[in-house]
Amino acid sequence: MKLIATPWQTVGPFFHIGCTKLNRVNLVPHDELAITVEGLILDGDGKPVPDAMIEIWQADAAGRYPTEEGAEGFRGYGRAATNAEGQFRFRTTKPGRVPFADSRQQAPHLAVSILMRGLLKRLVTRMYFPDESANAEDPVLNLVDGNRRTTLIAKAADHGHLNWDVILQGNGETVFFDL
Amino acid sequence: MGERVIVSGRVLDEDGRPVRQTVIEAWQANAAGRYLHENDQHDAPLDPNFTGCGHAFTDDEGRYRFVTIKPGAYPWRNHGNAWRPAHIHFSLFGPAFATRLVTQMYFPGDALLEFDPIFNSVQDAEARARLVSAFDWETTIPETALGYRFDIVLRGKEETPMEVHVR
Repeated sequence: MKLIATPWQTVGPFFHIGCTKLNRVNLVPHDELAITVEGLILDGDGKPVPDAMIEIWQADAAGRYPTEEGAEGFRGYGRAATNAEGQFRFRTTKPGRVPFADSRQQAPHLAVSILMRGLLKRLVTRMYFPDESANAEDPVLNLVDGNRRTTLIAKAADHGHLNWDVILQGNGETVFFDL
Repeated sequence: MGERVIVSGRVLDEDGRPVRQTVIEAWQANAAGRYLHENDQHDAPLDPNFTGCGHAFTDDEGRYRFVTIKPGAYPWRNHGNAWRPAHIHFSLFGPAFATRLVTQMYFPGDALLEFDPIFNSVQDAEARARLVSAFDWETTIPETALGYRFDIVLRGKEETPMEVHVR
């Protein structure tokens, strides 16, 4: 018989005292080739959210999660609290392709959680990469209507940075998933 | 300052297997119901000797243990005369993206539970009961601290990507 899972409760407005100690915005060593992913978390009025937490989970460049053989040393996990302007930034590596549950290959992506006051549970979404031909055949991206798919794809910016804003509701709302 | 408590338990998966060497983060208000956070406006004193945060790793049996102070209830402006029951926030990762959990632990017999919209946001009574710790003589230390047991069950990692639905 399965045990009943402990349910979620909101992270609340004061998570910083418990959670920022283990924040990690650099997922790769400083001397390694990296990409920078940055963006804003915006509310339904387009205002930045200064007290949200964003987490990413990803495979390494070869498509291996940290628990897999050969990926030792890569943590695959990042967390940032948004600043007063609602910004977040991660320095990481572009992940390789990983298989979906039905063994189709997924396009490179970051799994993303958004946590904040007023949300009983995390919001779950994904960030995909621009100019990536594998996006066309990604099984999760293909669940999403074509005109909303762009909310999941980062935009290339100067200096090799990627820009990706998360819009919590309203116009241009980011696609969120039920897990 | 306040009532010393020992909160301990096991982190398990849905099959009852221990989740080993996983990090648990915890944070809470002090005994007066005040968080050491600049945005907490509650008119109650800060305790210079209490940060209200900590983290621990589970051992190979999935066990963890925190020694802390029982947090106080505190008012919030959700509705008229709204008070949060005493609670400790917990954050856990487990082995995969799907096993991530952020939750709150409550104390048994708290009269405020019945009125708390956050506790009652969990519809299922059995799942809600998972959020309430149990008083525990076994971990209570004579003349020192009361023990509370709080086991945490993380959902299965295999539930991941097949169950992705557009929200």
